[in-house]
Parts: sequence; structure tokens; C-alpha cells
Amino acid sequence: MKAPRIPKQILGLAFIFAIVIAALVVARMLFIPPSFGKYGHYRADAVNEIVAQEINYAGYQACMECHDEIYKPKERSYHKSVSCEACHGPAAKHVEAPDEFVPGAPRERGYCPLCHDYNPSRPTGFPQIITELHNPGKACMTCHNPHNPVLPHTPEECSACHREIANVKRISYHASLPCVRCHTVPEKHMVQPKFVFAQVPVEREFCGECHAEGAPGGPDIPRIDLDTHGERYLCWDCHYPHYPEAR
Amino acid sequence: MKKKKSNPLSRREFLMICSKALPFTGIFFIPFTADQILFAQKTKEYDPTQHEYAMGINIHKCIGCGRCADACKKENNVPREPYYFRTWVERYIISTDGETYVDSPNGGIDGFPEFKDNLEILRTFFVPKLCNQCANPPCVQVCPVGATFLSRDGVVLVDEKYCVGCRYCIQACPYGARFLHPTKKIADKCTFCYHRLVRGLLPVCVEVCPTQARVFGEVGLQSSPLRRFLRFNDVVVLKPSLNTRPKVYYAGADGEVR
Repeated sequence: MKAPRIPKQILGLAFIFAIVIAALVVARMLFIPPSFGKYGHYRADAVNEIVAQEINYAGYQACMECHDEIYKPKERSYHKSVSCEACHGPAAKHVEAPDEFVPGAPRERGYCPLCHDYNPSRPTGFPQIITELHNPGKACMTCHNPHNPVLPHTPEECSACHREIANVKRISYHASLPCVRCHTVPEKHMVQPKFVFAQVPVEREFCGECHAEGAPGGPDIPRIDLDTHGERYLCWDCHYPHYPEAR
Repeated sequence: MKKKKSNPLSRREFLMICSKALPFTGIFFIPFTADQILFAQKTKEYDPTQHEYAMGINIHKCIGCGRCADACKKENNVPREPYYFRTWVERYIISTDGETYVDSPNGGIDGFPEFKDNLEILRTFFVPKLCNQCANPPCVQVCPVGATFLSRDGVVLVDEKYCVGCRYCIQACPYGARFLHPTKKIADKCTFCYHRLVRGLLPVCVEVCPTQARVFGEVGLQSSPLRRFLRFNDVVVLKPSLNTRPKVYYAGADGEVR
């Protein structure tokens, strides 16, 4: 049986088609990366490129390996769920080269309020302070240990709370007198300062213990005659005892 | 030689040939053992088919400190400008007259200033947001070049080299989780810190969250923190009506959250 004769123009067209298809196949091989479509309509190698990204945060387990003396008390404290790097910042470099890169610590007053400043949107019961009123000017770390943030121990010095008074008294003639020389401070005042108050002197004779004529003490102490000086006024009506004026 | 013999080789000859061939037998084993070693390494490495991840967010625990958004930027080198976020924290304020106010100044990184409007607040809370890693992601559907895809472990990723920066995906995302990277000019988004997952680390927002408002883990593992989160909380996903099937579950989410 004789095969039907294919017209010349069809052969030509077939030839052009073959070239176009071949060109398409070649282009497909050139332009589509080999890993495209391996797992889906995407380039499988892209996943490896994303995986190759370097980490900056090492994770708390990495910190724990060396700093267990900090981690041990911290894991039982209120801050047990706070990762080290939440405050100290990314530390993967520190894990690689402990001496070359040392992560910082936020010691300034602005950092802790990011969590602990009062905000009505925060969940009820979360410990919050009004930063403007809470010991203004003092760094949080002076009273609170961030790795074991219990409520601060009762202040040992009056200046912890009465800072402004302490600041002027320190440069006054009364600098050498302890607060308890004039104030009797009940133990409870340290714990409940708003309910149990320290006592203040009430009579002129108290100042007279030092400043009356004939009172014991050095010659530098100014003396007055209690009977004639200042008439019926109390001493602190005119003199500020924390910063008595110059002679 | 006599060809009648049934054995063409004598025992002695056979053993001699065997002893000569002995050193070459190793050739047959070398590729096999090498492949075995490689295979062993691969199995010790990360197998995406064995994982499926999801995140849980407990709104009752979020204190809006913005450490997640800050750490995310540091980990993933997201531009520091306040318009680009892979994750951010929104503040919802619902007033007594039923109006809802949502703001997110710098993603919450610098804290939330006092709300100035003289509102009578009915309720208010923080909502951390990120890519919801949808199982049916609209961004992947619209990508014209196959640059964004759902990986085998269920994370939606962006192929940096393939993305042409057409922004279709940014338009398509119902959660506003994508942005155009200002210098690379490609779409950028949360990857669940994919590069950390394969190293066995948590996503960095989960790592630094001080109240553990964010929980992360395997969907398929009964003992994972995520499954525990799902057992103990009533969870919702955002915009469930869109059938995107998100893998970020919110506990304690108000009806106003979307």
C-alpha cells in the first residue's frame, strides 16, 4: 500500500513547528530551575536558601549552659518565663565568640516599664507601676533584682524613699546627723509607709537639746537662748531642719 | 587442556582468583556505605514531611510589651522603619458606645502611649498579629510566578529569587501580614522563623515572649505545647469565613478581633 503523499507546504510547516517546539523545550530547560516543581509549584531550592539564614537569637538553652548560676534562681522566680534574650538582646554571636561579643543589659529606667508601666490594656493582676510616681529618677535595678524580682526588701536607708530630703541634708550643716537622731521610725514604717508614720519632733526643747545655751556639744554649734529667741514660734516655722541656713 | 572435566576451574585456581579479587570487592561497598552515611545524616537532619507547625496566642496573657516585634526585626533583619513588620502588637480599645479603636504605634515596640481620646473604656486588650500561615493561603493562589508557596511542613514561604515584587500577594492577604521589602523590592512576611525551626529552635517571638502568651509546637504531636494550648483553651482563628484555614489560634479573642 502506498503511503499518502504529504504536501510540501505541510512538511515545511511541520519543520517550523518542530523548531518552535524544540526552542520551547530548550527555553524551558534553560529558564526553569531544575528544582522547580519537585514538591509543588515552587522552587525546592528556595527552602534551602531560607534555611541558610543565620540565627541571631541563640535561645535560652544556650545561655543556660554557661550561666547556670543566674539561671538557677531565675527559673524559680517570677521571671522564669522571661527568656534571657528578651532583655539582653540577640546573643547568638556571644555563643560563638563569648569574649568578642558581649550582649548588653538594659540598666536604664526606660526598659522595665515596657512591661511594667501601668496600661489599662494589660491583663488584670500583672504587676504594674505608674512610672512617673514610682521612685522617679532611680534605676529599677537599685531596688529590684531582674533575675529574681521579688518585692524589694525594706529599704535600709531613708534616702531610698526620702531622696529629696536626703539630697539637701547631705550638703547641710546637719549632714552628720542620722535621720533617727530627730525622727523615731517604727519598724512598720518601712513596710507600710502610708499607714505607719515616722515621728517628728513637736517641741522647741527638742532643738534645744543641741542649740540651747549650755547644751552639750562642740563650740561650732550655734546657741540661742530658748526663752527669748523666736518668741512663741516653733523652731521649724523659721528654720528648715534638713537644710538649716548659714550663720 | 582436557575439556571433559566438569569443573573448568580447580578449587585451588578458584581460591587464587578470589584472593586476587578480594581487594576490589570493596568497590562494590564504597558507594553503598557512602550513600548510607549521607542518608543517615539526612534523617538526622530535618525532615519537613515529619512536621507541621502551628502557633497559639493567648490574648489574656499578652501584656503588649512589643518584645516579639522587636526581636523579630532583629532576628530577621526586617527594616527598623515603623511600617515594616513581620509581627506586631495591636491595641484594641472598645468604648462603652460600642466603637472599636485599634492602634499599633511602631508595632508596639516602644510601648503604647496613653490613649488620648477621652473614652469610657468598656474593655481593652492587646492582640499580637503575624502571618497566619494559612493551610489554604490566598497569597499563594495569586502569586503569578510561584514565588510564594506552602512548604511541606505547612509554612508559607517566599522565594526571594523568584519574587518579582508585583504585590498581588500583599493585596490578597486578608490579615495584612505581608509587606514589600523597601530595599530588596520583594514581598516579605513571617516565616515562623523557618531557619530556626530546622535547627530545633523556637520562633524568636515565642522565645522572647515574657508571659508565654505565644505558644508554638507540632500539630501532630499530642505532647506538644500547642496541643496542650488547644486542649485547655477555646480557640478561634481570624476571619474563619474566608476559609483560609489559619494555623495561628487565638485564645480569649474578643469578637471584635479580626
